[in-house]
Amino acid sequence: MLKTFSIGGVHPPENKFSAGSKIVALPLPKQVSIPIAQHIGAPATAVVAKGDKVKVGQLIAQSSGFVSANIHSSVSGTVASLDPIMDSTGYKRPAITITVEGDEWDETIDRSTDLKVECSLTAEEIIAKVGQSGIVGMGGATFPSQVKLSVPKGKKAEVLIINGVECEPYLTSDHRVMLEMGHELMVGIQILKKALGVNLALIGIENNKPDAISHLAQIATKYSGIEVHALKVQYPQGGEKQLIKALINREVPSGGLPIEVGAVVHNVGTAIAVYEAVQKNKPLFERVVTVTGKHLATPSNFLVRIGTPISEVIAAAGGVPENTGKIVNGGPMMGKALNTIDAPVTKGTSGLIAFPAEEAKRKEAQSCVRCAKCVSVCPMGLEPYLLNRLSQKKMFERMEHEHVLDCIECGSCSFECPANLPLLDYIRLGKAEVGKIVRARKA
Amino acid sequence: MSSVVLYTVLMLSALGVISAVVLYFVAQKFKVYEDPRIDEVEAVLPGANCGGCGYPGCRGFAEAFVKAEDISTLFCPVGGNDTMGNAAKILGKEAAAVDPMVAVVRCAGTPEHRAKTNAYDGAKSCRIATSLYSGDTGCQFGCLGLGDCVDVCNFDAIYIDEVTGLPVVDQDKCTACGACVKACPKFIIELRKKGPKGKRIFVSCVNKDKGGVAKKSCSVACIGCGKCVKTCPHDAITLENNLAYIDFNKCKLCRKCVEVCPTNAIWEVHFPARKPKVEDETAQPVSES
Amino acid sequence: MNKLLAVSPSPHVHSGESVNKLMFNVVLALLPALAVSIYYFGLGAFVVTAIAVVSCLAFEFLIQKYLLKVTPSISDGSALVTGLLLAFNLPSNLPWWIIVIGALVSIGIGKMSFGGLGNNPFNPALVGRVFLLISFPVQMTSWPLPIESRAHYMDALTGATPLALVKEGLKGGQTMSTISEHIPNNMQLLMGSMGGSLGEIAAFALLIGFAWLLFKKVITWHIPVSIFVTIFAFTGILWLIDPAHNADPFFHLLTGGVMLGAIFMATDYVTSPMNPKGMWIFGIGIGALTVIIRVWGAYPEGVSFAILIMNAFVPLINTLVKPKRFGEEVKKNG
Repeated sequence: MLKTFSIGGVHPPENKFSAGSKIVALPLPKQVSIPIAQHIGAPATAVVAKGDKVKVGQLIAQSSGFVSANIHSSVSGTVASLDPIMDSTGYKRPAITITVEGDEWDETIDRSTDLKVECSLTAEEIIAKVGQSGIVGMGGATFPSQVKLSVPKGKKAEVLIINGVECEPYLTSDHRVMLEMGHELMVGIQILKKALGVNLALIGIENNKPDAISHLAQIATKYSGIEVHALKVQYPQGGEKQLIKALINREVPSGGLPIEVGAVVHNVGTAIAVYEAVQKNKPLFERVVTVTGKHLATPSNFLVRIGTPISEVIAAAGGVPENTGKIVNGGPMMGKALNTIDAPVTKGTSGLIAFPAEEAKRKEAQSCVRCAKCVSVCPMGLEPYLLNRLSQKKMFERMEHEHVLDCIECGSCSFECPANLPLLDYIRLGKAEVGKIVRARKA
Repeated sequence: MSSVVLYTVLMLSALGVISAVVLYFVAQKFKVYEDPRIDEVEAVLPGANCGGCGYPGCRGFAEAFVKAEDISTLFCPVGGNDTMGNAAKILGKEAAAVDPMVAVVRCAGTPEHRAKTNAYDGAKSCRIATSLYSGDTGCQFGCLGLGDCVDVCNFDAIYIDEVTGLPVVDQDKCTACGACVKACPKFIIELRKKGPKGKRIFVSCVNKDKGGVAKKSCSVACIGCGKCVKTCPHDAITLENNLAYIDFNKCKLCRKCVEVCPTNAIWEVHFPARKPKVEDETAQPVSES
Repeated sequence: MNKLLAVSPSPHVHSGESVNKLMFNVVLALLPALAVSIYYFGLGAFVVTAIAVVSCLAFEFLIQKYLLKVTPSISDGSALVTGLLLAFNLPSNLPWWIIVIGALVSIGIGKMSFGGLGNNPFNPALVGRVFLLISFPVQMTSWPLPIESRAHYMDALTGATPLALVKEGLKGGQTMSTISEHIPNNMQLLMGSMGGSLGEIAAFALLIGFAWLLFKKVITWHIPVSIFVTIFAFTGILWLIDPAHNADPFFHLLTGGVMLGAIFMATDYVTSPMNPKGMWIFGIGIGALTVIIRVWGAYPEGVSFAILIMNAFVPLINTLVKPKRFGEEVKKNG
């Protein structure tokens, strides 16, 4: 029996079309627009002005708080404007638009491909370096990584969990990274372990990636304290709480953080970004993006500079097909539908999926038959049918009592609902309202 | 057989009498004193329990009203001046007259003025759409037309026009309770002075983008050119964040701003028709019903 | 790209499951029992089923279209299932007009008066059945004999159900050993060779349906199994205490409406609890009430009443019994 989490879960069709495509560096675009808010938390503050010359890797926006992240230029060229642009959040927000001229990297970046294993920095220096390099959670949540590495006083990290689950259908960027950058990943994990002061790291990978599992298991023998675990394919195993439950059988308490059970979870992409930042002095300005879709000409995995227009990334995979009805930034379960493909790639763009028109629209909602399928698939043990109704009736206090704040917005309930009810739409709305009420109470 | 019937009737009657006596004494014992004027005030209130006054229902308002030293801060928007007068009389006080208000929708972005840029396919709720993205047109400030305002209206006074996709307020039914104002996640609806015979002038746009951007996304957007500000003889118009706003307390309904607005973003309603002179009369709304 | 891109909140994929598919699978699961019923009761079974199904569909359509003035949703299959289940709960020689009344009560009162699919607190088919049982006790308890009455509808030879025989016998002072000479043995009961409502007789066919429903994940095992376990344990204890005056637990499981009720009626989505813990409470309640009515009550059979009574408790169960929350136990320990 392969390990997995205990409650709920669904198994959507995997559709990993690009699993066999090697990571290819995307040619430089003519212009990039780099949003100053690509992470959870306070937006960064721009430190360049219109007309400034910038190099690849140069700091262009400064972190503006504890939960915030630095932004670096992904290209060399001239700052064309600081005007707001429509980004992948669907709102016009401030961004730094740079016209590309050549590809001149900051001199301090080590551009060699040699593996550098030894790391002489102390834990504090590593965390500071991660912060300076603007690293955020690369799985899509974009939470600033240095915050996660700074273990609060009174808590102790016991184990580092590396998320190679990639439970979202379609996406293959983590899969390819694990196959092609295994050694860098291992060194990155050792650095993260040092930063956290733990001796053990567990890599969780779903069993639909046997090549990655065997490859990493083989490399891991050369490094101390790294174990690779195969997991049963089950969505949403990539959720922090589910992955911790699956790997070390501990339940993060309701409303708590993973550190309360001694665990810290980082994505494989993040571990590699940490390796590059610490060992090669390379800040986070490019990432691997899966471009895929059932009717896309060549589903691919690209190494893309942050700020590249999404339209150009899709063009490199054969262009947007004729009958495309929806384009999603991220995975099909939790990703965000784009209202324009001119939006730029950001640090959280793990994939771009084009859906054909016939799959783009939701089916008409019928009345709830109380089949309880939503209850049985909810990985947090909630009752989506009830939360949906309470949210529509604006009964937010009752929703809080029904643990709506535990909802991880994985979408399993809406996925499974035979009546096609937009359960998560309303639950998310109610969760936001309850969050406001709770914050107001604390204030 | 008859004795069974008789005993049954007697038993039940006795039970009824005993229960009644017990209930009477319990009611006496646990009686809570309430100012009888609260009931009287509640009786003259409309009984809509809409919350427009800021209190939980008419009863809550009546309690606050009776307890209040100064009643000038309390107002029932549904009942209006008449109701407030009657309620004040119960307390032997005088209610100051307040100008009647009405909800005004400040967006004129019909499909012909504001092209769709994508197709919204989520649950039919403006709040859900807002939490997702800026909207299905180029204007990120404009009305989404999903009807959160309609859902909260207790008076059936607002509906979505099928052709324009925008909410329309029925000023005869609107009680200015403000429910729609709170419900609108785009802050488009505003309570404004109803005006003499319903005559009022307002900027029917909330777009804060720069002129060019605003104009590109919607042909009847306020572009923040400031012509109206310069024209207004009463200092009623201010310009902030590329958006003009008419203070309804200062506006004297002279209509000069309406004439100079290059995008027809300023609306006049319930005025007699002007002499035909300009060609863009068609862009003006006929009335708000 | 000439079309506008669709924008909706996540998730962007769907399982493809639909209410229609679920209902269709329930209908499929009922077919083996229908086939057995037609084998034993022939024409009568066919006619009763046809009348019940057609009138349920018709009432659903008419009420939605002309009374509620909404778009009729008979295509979702729920009225079809109600019609089949109602027929399964009727004797195969019931006059047509009684069936039509039953369908009207099922759909009109049992379902539509509460707001239609998803809002009814009681299983509509059972509401119809119990209404008929109380209103037409004679017609509703004269059961055609299997096989012998195959060619007849209204004028079939009738007899009593095994449960009624046992109840009458025990009341008349007989012991189980003498009664058992007149009733079919457990093997015959499993195959359905007995008098009874047309759909409830063939335990094996209903179990095939159960397997199909589980295989297709239409229902979970909790409710049927909890009912079976409760009835088996309860009657087993009574039987061990006094075998002379209590039927054995297998007899109780295989007769009457236990199989049909537990597999198809109690598991009705709308009127059953929403999580496994609640389902266990619901099932145990149905099992216990069934045995109590059978052993000590006035009626020989109590499954319908037991389900309807427990239906009434479902909102309470749903409010009080919550699923196991993630991270809940840890919180208590800490």
